[in-house]
Amino acid sequence: MSPTADLTRLSALDLAAAMAAGEVSSVEITQAHLDRIEAVEPKVHAFLHVDPEGALASAASVDARRAAGEDLPALAGVPVAVKDVLATRGTPTTCGSAILRGWRPPYDATVVRKIREAGLVILGKTNMDEFAMGSSTEHSAYGPTRNPWDLERIPGGSSGGSAAAVASYSAPLSIGTDTGGSIRQPAALTGTVGVKPTYGGVSRYGLVALASSLDQAGPFARTVLDAAMLHEAIAGHDPLDSTSIDAAVPPVVEAALSGDVDGMRIGLVRQLRGEGFQPGVQARFDEAVDLLASKGAIVTEVDLPHAEYALAAYYLILPSECSSNLAKFDGMRFGLRVGDDGQRSASEVMSLTRDEGFGPEVKRRIMLGTYALSKGYYDAYYGQAQKVRTLIARDFAEAFARVDVVLTPTAPTTAFRLGEKLDDPVAMYLNDIATIPANLAGIPGMSVPVGLAAEDGLPVGLQIMAPAMADDRLYQVGAALEAGLVELYGHTTIEEAPQL
Amino acid sequence: MSATSAEALVDYDDAVARYQPVLGLEVHVELNTASKMFCGCSTTFGAEPNTQVCPTCLGLPGSLPVVNHDAVESAIRMGLALNCDIAPWGRFARKNYFYPDMPKDYQISQYDEPLCVDGWLDVTVPGIDGAESTVVRVGIERVHMEEDTGKLTHAGGATGRIHGADYSLVDYNRAGVPLIEIVTKPVTGTGALAPEVAKAYVTELRELMRALGVSDVRMEQGSLRCDANVSIAPADAVEWGTRTETKNVNSLRSVERAVRYEIRRQAGVLDAGGTITQETRHFHEDDGTTTPGRSKETAEDYRYFPDPDLVPVAPALDYVERLRTTMPESPAVRRERLRAEWGLSEFDMASVINAGALDLVVATIAEGADHAGARKWWLGELAREANERGVGLADLPVTPADVAAVESMVGAGRLNDKLARQVFAGLLAGEGSPEEIIAARGLEVVSDEGVLVAAVDDVIAANPDVAQKIRDGKVAAAGALIGQVMKATKGKADAGRVRELILERLEA
Repeated sequence: MSPTADLTRLSALDLAAAMAAGEVSSVEITQAHLDRIEAVEPKVHAFLHVDPEGALASAASVDARRAAGEDLPALAGVPVAVKDVLATRGTPTTCGSAILRGWRPPYDATVVRKIREAGLVILGKTNMDEFAMGSSTEHSAYGPTRNPWDLERIPGGSSGGSAAAVASYSAPLSIGTDTGGSIRQPAALTGTVGVKPTYGGVSRYGLVALASSLDQAGPFARTVLDAAMLHEAIAGHDPLDSTSIDAAVPPVVEAALSGDVDGMRIGLVRQLRGEGFQPGVQARFDEAVDLLASKGAIVTEVDLPHAEYALAAYYLILPSECSSNLAKFDGMRFGLRVGDDGQRSASEVMSLTRDEGFGPEVKRRIMLGTYALSKGYYDAYYGQAQKVRTLIARDFAEAFARVDVVLTPTAPTTAFRLGEKLDDPVAMYLNDIATIPANLAGIPGMSVPVGLAAEDGLPVGLQIMAPAMADDRLYQVGAALEAGLVELYGHTTIEEAPQL
Repeated sequence: MSATSAEALVDYDDAVARYQPVLGLEVHVELNTASKMFCGCSTTFGAEPNTQVCPTCLGLPGSLPVVNHDAVESAIRMGLALNCDIAPWGRFARKNYFYPDMPKDYQISQYDEPLCVDGWLDVTVPGIDGAESTVVRVGIERVHMEEDTGKLTHAGGATGRIHGADYSLVDYNRAGVPLIEIVTKPVTGTGALAPEVAKAYVTELRELMRALGVSDVRMEQGSLRCDANVSIAPADAVEWGTRTETKNVNSLRSVERAVRYEIRRQAGVLDAGGTITQETRHFHEDDGTTTPGRSKETAEDYRYFPDPDLVPVAPALDYVERLRTTMPESPAVRRERLRAEWGLSEFDMASVINAGALDLVVATIAEGADHAGARKWWLGELAREANERGVGLADLPVTPADVAAVESMVGAGRLNDKLARQVFAGLLAGEGSPEEIIAARGLEVVSDEGVLVAAVDDVIAANPDVAQKIRDGKVAAAGALIGQVMKATKGKADAGRVRELILERLEA
């Protein structure tokens, strides 16, 4: 086996195979990633909390079980990074917010439990926009994460830490969450594969809610097959989540292994391409579509006539739900408490705590949502937005009657510079114009890297969307693209990332 | 606290002579499901604070609610018992407001999509001083489900209220306990009976919930809480008056008192040319008054919206119909059936019910006693004792089986009433079973004929004048001799047998 430094370059699948073959231990693999984290974290800041002791202990346990001849799950011993929005028992979970500084949950999120049951080794918790509100990871109370492709640029968000950890080879796999594009957009901007599963496909229990009807956890990886394996490990019905779908997990690994798109009907969304998209992004997208066509896919155009209202509806539904979801952060039971001097009332302590503990973007959305739900405004705002949501879901249903998947560029641009959009919330929000519709409709979406934009040499992502519970189709198309691009360029997109 | 001096109370009879009251009652009841509304935590009352909690009922970040279907079933059964329509589909909503006893700072409730709607309940207001009772049909607007809050204890300060407290403690054991809220339609036309109707309604609801077994309805533990809306308008007015909502009226008597007080107070305000403020008011158990709480102007906007963490509740029609077929006899029907079986007057039946003895009498009959015997002990000796102890009849350490056993011994002549009372004294003192008490206290009636005859002969010999009167036909005089025989046998003789023996010996 090669020196341990190279272990970080391997895919999760290769790491698992090497362990199964007895060539390397999980402790060695874990240590290699911890070393890598130590080396690149000063530049990238993908993690909010690294847990070397916990990780090495999990790794040693997997090694011991393997040595004892136990039959282990496919990814046992492979390291993974987890977005800090998922509760991890006994280890800090901050959601990128000062209001949860130092909070250690007494329980594991279902996704985390499944990760542990799969024998995956949790390296630590990754940085994020505060409470997953943002598209750049600049809204973290603990400082921004930087894009491994260009440290002056943002990695996307809100799961920027999870994307950057995988793109910087600090972890072969990571978990993000996606409410309006928070997995797919950072995946696109970092040249990684990111998947938002069908709403209800992965349990939300222990995922600190931003917008309950939109949030969904999903995998990041450097290959489509790795993403599929992690997806399979975390998916499935959970009685602790009422919105969890009680059905078999779609055959995502099988689909990633097949990559067959011959005869598959692919729809390009008329409203989500061309104008408003960076030329280099559009060019790579078009090239990728041609590639799929060359492999036998049937390409047509489809309409999502209500897509233009998606952003507006989203920015009513999300703030409304989040204004209620974030009420519990009041300094009474956990986390930050400000002004408790024995004189002030509970109400005053709540106000002071929330004023100091929440950042400006969180406050902005809480205020928007509080307003939108107010008596007399509910019908005009929240009620109307839900109607738009229904129309968008109907648009997709009509599109999927004609095609098997629909494609768009994942994000309108490649990674932008730190600070570039920080003072312009609407410009920031527009980043998610192509990803938000899938959240509103509850359907799955994947961003898969399709090369670099000519004008800036930064990675471009292509988004694949499929009907609810047809997540396997994402992997089928993703795998076809990945293989096709390797045939075209001789390597995957991520392999062009700087070494740091 | 008491009424502000500006509010002169009008004499009740005068108030209801000139004003028509309209009532609206909102009753919150804790269901007796084993686990909470949205998590698996136990609902047992009285556990150490904060020991029956989990991430969900503590509202920890990331936790999610899952509906307890037993609670839904209880609510549907209550809806069916109240003759409601059961909604085929309904969502839970979030009621948003900040308060330390609310773990999530929102309460999961039902807002515009309640589970049960549009029903009714007939309540009987007992007639006063032998007058005919009145049946009033109270319309039910809705029955909906929600979760309870935690319980705050304000420490330090004189009042135990939040103002002046040094600090407050929160117990989240109660947070998430399932509640149903039963809301009446406006109750009109009750006139002077309004306070009694309110009390009778809550009483009947309590009976209904006990019969259905959906709640223990322990008012002293706060498992039933009532908010009373009251308005009054001049007798000839077309429109109703402005209402007040008196919160957390927590006993049957308080419901009546609160309504009565509000009618008198509002009449005073209107008589003085004032207007009623739409507001919530607090009831004070100590002096029976109400004082202002929040006014409508300062009322919170709860920003209700459907809870996105939950899926709609959609009870299938056949499921609801199945529940309908398993409904127990309604308390009203059962009362009437038993009254007829026992051949009691409405008045006699009412005293059984008012004593809270109905179920105990039924159970005592099931143990072999007849209804007269069962009623005699439960409404007499035992009711007196419960009253002295300030507890319910069922809380006494006497079971229906005990009562039936004692009654059967009286019937068989083993005990007389006086001895039976001593057996009950032993039972109440926890001295064991009736047989054990009889043995330990030596309470058996003297049945040895020889001993009795000797005692009778002694008494006759000692009272020749009385004996002669009896021989002369003044049988009534036997009472004096009976008393002396009883005294001589220390009360253990069967008085009936003693009388027979006296008359026999004197050949009267």
